Order: sequence, then C-alpha cells, then structure tokens
Amino acid sequence: MNPVAQINPGGRKRFLNRARGLGLFYLVLAIIILVWTLRASPPDSLSRLGLGVILQPPPLRLTVPTQPSLIVIGLLLGLTGLYALFCSPPERATSMLLGGGAVLIVLGAIIAAATDKSIDLVGLIKDSVRLATPIMLGMLAGVMCERCAIINIGIEGMMLTAAAVGYMVSLYAQNMWLGLLAAILAGGFMATLHALLTIQLMVDHIISGTCINILAVGVSGYIRAAFLLKNPFGAPGLFPYVFQGTPLWDIPILGTILFQYQPMVYAALVLVPLVWFVLFRTPWGLRTRAVGEHPRAADTVGIDVFKIRYVNVILAGCVAGLGGAWFSLETVGHFDDLMTNNRGFIALAAMIFGNWNPLGGAAGALLFGFADALNFKFQILEVNVPYQFIGMLPFILTMIAVAGVIGRTTPPAADGQPYRKQ
Amino acid sequence: MTFALEMRGITKRFPGVLANDHVDFALEKGEIHCLLGENGAGKSTLMNILYGLYRPDEGHIFLNGHEVHIGAPTDAIRLGIGMVHQHFMLIPVMTVAENIMLGTEIVKGGFVLDRNTAAQRIREISRQYGLEVDPNAYIKDLPVGVQQRVEIVKALYRQANILILDEPTAVLTPQEVDDLFTIMRELAAQGKSIIFITHKLGEVFAVADRITVLRNGRVVGTTRPSDATQSSLAAMMVGREVILTVEKQPARPGRTVLEVRDLKVLDDRGSMVVNGATFEVRAGEVLGIAGVQGNGQTELVEALTGLRPSVAGHVMIDGVEVTNVSPRRISEQGVAHIPEDRHEHGMVGKYPVADNLVLNTYYRPPFAQGFVLNHRAIEEHAWRLVHEFDIRTPSVYVPANNLSGGNQQKMIVAREFSRPIKLLIAAQPTRGLDVGSIEFIHKRLIQARDQGVAVLLVSAELDEIMSLADRIAVMYKGRIVATVEAEQVDRAELGLWMAGVMSHPITEAVGAAEPRA
Ligand SMILES: Nc1ncnc2c1ncn2[C@@H]1O[C@H](COP(=O)(O)OP(=O)(O)OP(=O)(O)O)[C@@H](O)[C@H]1O
Ligand SMILES: [Mg+2]
Repeated sequence: MNPVAQINPGGRKRFLNRARGLGLFYLVLAIIILVWTLRASPPDSLSRLGLGVILQPPPLRLTVPTQPSLIVIGLLLGLTGLYALFCSPPERATSMLLGGGAVLIVLGAIIAAATDKSIDLVGLIKDSVRLATPIMLGMLAGVMCERCAIINIGIEGMMLTAAAVGYMVSLYAQNMWLGLLAAILAGGFMATLHALLTIQLMVDHIISGTCINILAVGVSGYIRAAFLLKNPFGAPGLFPYVFQGTPLWDIPILGTILFQYQPMVYAALVLVPLVWFVLFRTPWGLRTRAVGEHPRAADTVGIDVFKIRYVNVILAGCVAGLGGAWFSLETVGHFDDLMTNNRGFIALAAMIFGNWNPLGGAAGALLFGFADALNFKFQILEVNVPYQFIGMLPFILTMIAVAGVIGRTTPPAADGQPYRKQ
Repeated sequence: MTFALEMRGITKRFPGVLANDHVDFALEKGEIHCLLGENGAGKSTLMNILYGLYRPDEGHIFLNGHEVHIGAPTDAIRLGIGMVHQHFMLIPVMTVAENIMLGTEIVKGGFVLDRNTAAQRIREISRQYGLEVDPNAYIKDLPVGVQQRVEIVKALYRQANILILDEPTAVLTPQEVDDLFTIMRELAAQGKSIIFITHKLGEVFAVADRITVLRNGRVVGTTRPSDATQSSLAAMMVGREVILTVEKQPARPGRTVLEVRDLKVLDDRGSMVVNGATFEVRAGEVLGIAGVQGNGQTELVEALTGLRPSVAGHVMIDGVEVTNVSPRRISEQGVAHIPEDRHEHGMVGKYPVADNLVLNTYYRPPFAQGFVLNHRAIEEHAWRLVHEFDIRTPSVYVPANNLSGGNQQKMIVAREFSRPIKLLIAAQPTRGLDVGSIEFIHKRLIQARDQGVAVLLVSAELDEIMSLADRIAVMYKGRIVATVEAEQVDRAELGLWMAGVMSHPITEAVGAAEPRA
C-alpha cells in the first residue's frame, strides 16, 4: 500500500481551505453578534466583570458599557473573518487568528451574560479548569490509544467503572487513596479488556469500545445496587484541597486560578505535558507514533507492535481511571448511575479538536470546560442569551474541526486497523 | 572459501503455492548479486525469509560460515542484514532522522531522544557512502528516489553488511537509477554485499557481479554477466525464448477518439501541475507520453479518467464532452484504464481475484441480474481470464493481495481488456513486471491498437515509449512541449525535451500544437 496516497485520499482541492472556513465561520458569528446586540441588548446597560470572590473586601471589578463593547467585539471578529476569508494568510497566522477569534467570542459571551449583572471572571476560570479535568484526562487516554492506532470510544465506560469501583473501595476501606488506586486499576482493567479484544482478537475497535461502555453501565449499576445503597459505613468524603491552609491559597486572583483545586486537577495538569513529552521526545513515544502510522514499518525495524499497543492502551485506561475518580471521589462524594455523563465522549471531541496532540487536546478540554462553566453561570444568573447556544458552541467548533476546515485534523494513518504478523 | 551469506535448501509453502523449493543461494563479500526471476518466482519470499519476516519451512542460513537462526527482523538487524522493501517502510509524517533511528534510538540523559547526535551520524554515513539526505526533511516531502536513499541509510545506520534491495529501480527515474548504481558500487567497494532484485535486464549488466535466476520457486542457475546475454537471461527466467523487441506494423490512424484541450489540473498541494495540456489520440494509434516523473503525468491521467477534477479545459471522447464527469460515465464511454498505482486505484486487495476481475462490469449482465450477482458467471469469467492472461494464482478465490506484484498487474490488464473498448489509458502498464509479462502486455497493447483502439500510453520507460508509440508527446512542467512522429526522433532528442532544454521544435508541423501561453 502506498502510505502517501492514504493521507490524502481523492486529493481534491477545496475552495474552503482552513483560513477561508475559519473566516466564513467568524464572519457569520460576527453578523449574529451584531444583529443580536442591536436588537436585544439594552443601550444603556453596564456589564460588571468581577476579578475575585465577591465577598472579598475590596471587590475588584471591571465595568464596561455592554452594547458598545459588544459592537466593538462584533466588528473586530468580523474584520478577523474578512481578513481570513480574502487575504489567504499563511498557516501560522491562521492559527493566531483562530485563537484571537476564540478569545473575542468568549469575551463577548461573558460581557453579554453580564448585562446589568456582575459575573465573577476569576471564579469562571477556576470552574472551567475544574470542569475540564475529566475531559482532559479522558482526552489523554484517547491520545495514548489512538497514537498507537487503537480507537478507544470506551473511555466513558472506563471512567464510569473507575468511578464506581473507586468509590466502593474508598467506602469499604475507609481510605480515599486506596479508592483512588482502585479507580486507576479499574480503568486499567477495562482497558486491558479492550486491548485483548482489539489487539489479540482483532474485534472492530468501535464494537469493542461500545461493548466496554455497555459493560460498564452494567457493572457500575450492579456495584451501586449491591454494595453502595446499603452499607454500614459513613461516606468517605472528598479529596482535600491540595494548597488549603498555605499562603498560596490566599494570593488574590492567581491563588484562586492556580491553587484552589483538588488533586485530580493537578494530576491532569501534570499529565498533559508529561504525555506530550513522552510522545514527542522519548524513544517510547517515537515508537508509539510509528506503530500508529505504519505498524509494518515499525515491525521491520524490530519494534514489538503488540507490546507497544498493550502498554499504551492499558496505561491509557489507568489515566481514564483518574478521570473516573474525579467524579465520585473529588467532586460529588458518592456514586450515581451514569454519573460520567458523556464526558468520555466529549474527551474524544477534545482529542480531535487538538489534532491528537495532548497540548491541543488540553486546549480543547479547557474550551469544553469553559462552555460547561459558562452554562452553569448562565442558568444561575437567568441570562437572556439562549444558554444552550453557548453549550453548543464547542461542539460546532469540533464539527468544523473534524470536517477539516479549521485546522485540518489528521488521525494516525493506521488508526483502527488491526495488525497481523506475516 | 566461506561466503558472506549462504542459504541452503530453503523451502517455503503458502496455501496452494510452493513459493521457494529447496533454494540454494550464496553471496560473496563485496559483490553485487542480482536475483532474477519471473513475477511470483519467489524472490521477495526468499528475501523476506532472510530478513526474518517469514519463517522458512525447511532450510538453513549461514553467515560467514556459521549457521544462524533468523526468527524476526531484530535478529536480521543484529546480524547485520538490512532490507529495502519493494514497498518502502517509511513513515511519511516523520522526519528522515526519526525514520532512520526508529527502533535503535540514541538517548541523552537516560530517556530523551537525541536527535542531534542521530542527525550527526546520518550525515557521517551520507558522507562516507555519498548518500545525500537531509536528516530534518519530512519523508512526505521527498521524491521517491530520495526516500530510497533514506531506506539505504537506515540499513547502514544499523551497521548492515548485507543489503537487500527488492526492486529498488521500479519507481525511479533514469537519473535516479544511475545515482543508485553509483551508490551501490561505492557500497560494494567498501565491503558491503548487496542482493539486488530487478526485472530490467539492462540494469543487470550495468551493476551485477553475479546473477542467480529463480523460476517457480527453484533456482535455475547462477551465472556472470560476462557469460550471459539479455536473451539468454530472459530465456532462463521464463523457460522459453522471449522476444525483447516489439514487432508491429505501421499504424493506420482513424478518427480522433480522445481530444484534450487546454486542460489544467491541480495536484494535492494545490499547484497547477497540468498547465494547459492539449493533444489528441486517434483510433488505431498509440500516443506515448514521455517525461520525467512528476511533470504532471499522474494528474493528467487522473483527470482523464475522472479520478481528479480539472480546473479548466475540455476532455472529449468521440465528440462527447466528458470533462469532470464520474469515472463510471467515462468507463461507459468505452474507456479502459490501467492505473499507475495499482493498490490505490486498480484493485481491492482484500477481494478475491474473481471479484477484482469484474470491478468495472459487475453491475451488468451476465454478472448481475437485477440486484443479484451471478457468481457462476463471475467465476467462469475469472477462470477464462486467468488462463488467457496467465495470471499465476492457486485459485480465483484468493485475495488479490496474495498475488505477487506482477500477477496483480496482469489481473488488472485482464480486466480492462475483457470488454469492448475504444480508448485505453495505460499508465506505467509494465512497472514491476518480468520480461515475459512485458512481452505479453506489449503484444496486447499493439493488438488493441490494430483493432482500432486509441491507446494513450504514459510511461517513465523511454524504451517502452520508443518501441510502442506511433507518436510521442513530451510532457514537461505540465505542458506538452513537443509532439513528434516516433520514427523521426532519437533518444537524445527526447531526453533534451524531457529535461526542458529544448522546446516546441516540430510541434506545429505535426498539428497537435500546444497553444502558447
Ligand atoms: N503472504 C502470502 N500468502 C500467500 N501467498 C503468497 C504470500 N506471499 C507470496 N505469496 C505467493 O508466493 C509466490 C512468490 O511470491 P513472491 O512475492 O516471492 O514473488 P516475486 O518473485 O517477488 O514476484 P514479483 O517479481 O512479482 O515481486 C507467489 O505465487 C505469491 O502469490
Ligand atoms: Mg517481489
């Protein structure tokens, strides 16, 4: 087979290249923003953006006139769009336009939401990071699998199982950290199953992943019914805040954004660069990527394709297990059926958004986390923007990304294909 | 004396095929040993055994007189055996350095890839053997000739003393072939032993020190270039006399079948690689398109067959406009296509041979009745073609992937000739084929021409163009820079046009002129 030909099947030249697609998207969005602003935003309103907890003695805050700021943002976004559409900027500049536009959109959404109200910006950022954590961990699991060509749509199930098992163990052992260990192992166990099915038995990866997800619903439901509903112990509580009680905690603004989290958040923030480093700077990563692109080529230089795949998939399951612990042990404090609430699938969207790179994927996860956080805020504040729209925005972006218009995404060439030795 | 390598009594069976039958093969230190044989003779199989990719059913392997067991490529690499595969084993999205060090990485600080030292070592190897490669270039940006050099460096980087080159010249331009030969001679001079597989007899005489010929999995004999001639080698390979020159009557061209006017086509990267091509092919003639690879021939053929949209210009077949219509519409106009990339566009590797032989006609009677396929008819059709075109396969139900490269090509040719056609577009129709098959396909092409089919032949082999074509169009940088009667030119002249040194001398005289931009 010709590997070069696989990369660009058909090889058709589209009018909608990356820059133009981006430009069109931003232009349409700019028009929507401007029309909405002129028709629905009250002319004399003010938006107040808080920069710290409201209760803090001098409430730091930024006050801007709503309608004029939105008009400025709409115009800037429109200009960005026009530039991308008609000036065919180089690749690097397009990425900057993408980022700049995203910042404008986010800013606009916040200012619009804060019409005649006050929104705590810092709190919003903190919530985004917190809510992005399971997505980020799931995304890492996805990247680790797909970089060696195993598609893993079973991350949701791995997280769910880990959440249930982790909670059960921490309850019965009355020890959170044993619970965490159990969650990691449970994720790893489900991943081993996926590895056996896909690598050894060459089951279609999507089918195997679906089985994992269905199995996880059953297993976790059983654990809840059999061990969690009636039990002699008190709830084990939540993971502690890592920096509580240290001076770091109280630093204004920065302290809130950086130091007021529980351990899984830091685990994710450490793992993202770590996985990136391993993938792109170590022999193991080079081999993993080679196996994902062209397993036969890897085999001919003596790389054990099966070993690489097993190790990556199982470790990925352990990482997904951390994501599971985020739900039951770090955030909620008990186990609910289906509590992972599709975050495992959104993690895959983040992975694709980040073009199978942990750093880009983390940006995607943060975007989804931000949308979640904004969503909650809007519901609390009863904002008159359709908040479902904000919730949809990351998915629209992902669909456009997947369609290859904004930032061509290319999965590893051998993704999902079984490998047979000759 | 002891040989650098000796293989004794190697036997390998595949289901229904005896691919190697007690093969004895010996390689001296510092020699270039050419392995010849028909398609499916078992050359690649033998080399895959040597490299540890296949396990032999019987036989022994000795290196410098000591018996060795090669169970996996790691063993082969450890023993100093390197292989450049028929299909390159390179990862397009990685750099040259990454590809080369993959599996034997250099690290610093215990676990961090040391790209600089690797690049350093690659440059040293480049210098020592005269193999120019840029360690930081991405494979996907490199022409095949350079990719091949990367493969050779990859083997040398692992300190290979025995180098297997499986049909390295099949995809190279003549210039690249010359460069490769220089490199091979340099390597041999420095003590490396090289096994070189090719189908081109001219190349054998250019580089080989010794020659071993395989036929049907058995060794026919070992000889030296000084003791052989092209026709004696061909006879050894095929087991009968082969006529190496094409016999044909002068063409009797009829009406214009294919008319291409001012065609412009973009490549995958969006640059204009066919830039206003104009020519016509008449019934009963062969128009050969000559040109160094990468001057737009691939994209031209893809545009003509509906696989790639054109951005400007017209394509007409028998006066019917077929610009940018679907491949099936074009096929139904009576156009047959032998594609350049047979794996990508010519066959479905996982389908059995029988199904591959009806890929363009399966939806019509007698192969389909309404929505139902008639398997009896498909099978009969397949056996008939397998016999008529001498496709070496144990049955019509084996997956096409299991056929040797040459037999896959014959299968495609058989399919395309199996229905009435008025235009045949053949791109590199004999690439990777043995002399016997080439003779056969050339005969079929000329036969088709004599029956009034218009033939458009695109080939990187100047010899093939010169011996088959009635008229020759030279393509350079996306344009037809000259169209000439085949008898009126010689190789040197063609070479100059192909290199872009000379342009449009006798074009006007012939009539199918290229409008000036
Ligand atoms: N993996 C396989 N499974 C089944 N049969 C195979 C396999 N590989 C090769 N064969 C068969 O073994 C025979 C020898 O094939 P091989 O590829 O060694 O031929 P070759 O001499 O390299 O031919 P070519 O010049 O066309 O490359 C062929 O008949 C082929 O169909
Ligand atoms: Mg071969």
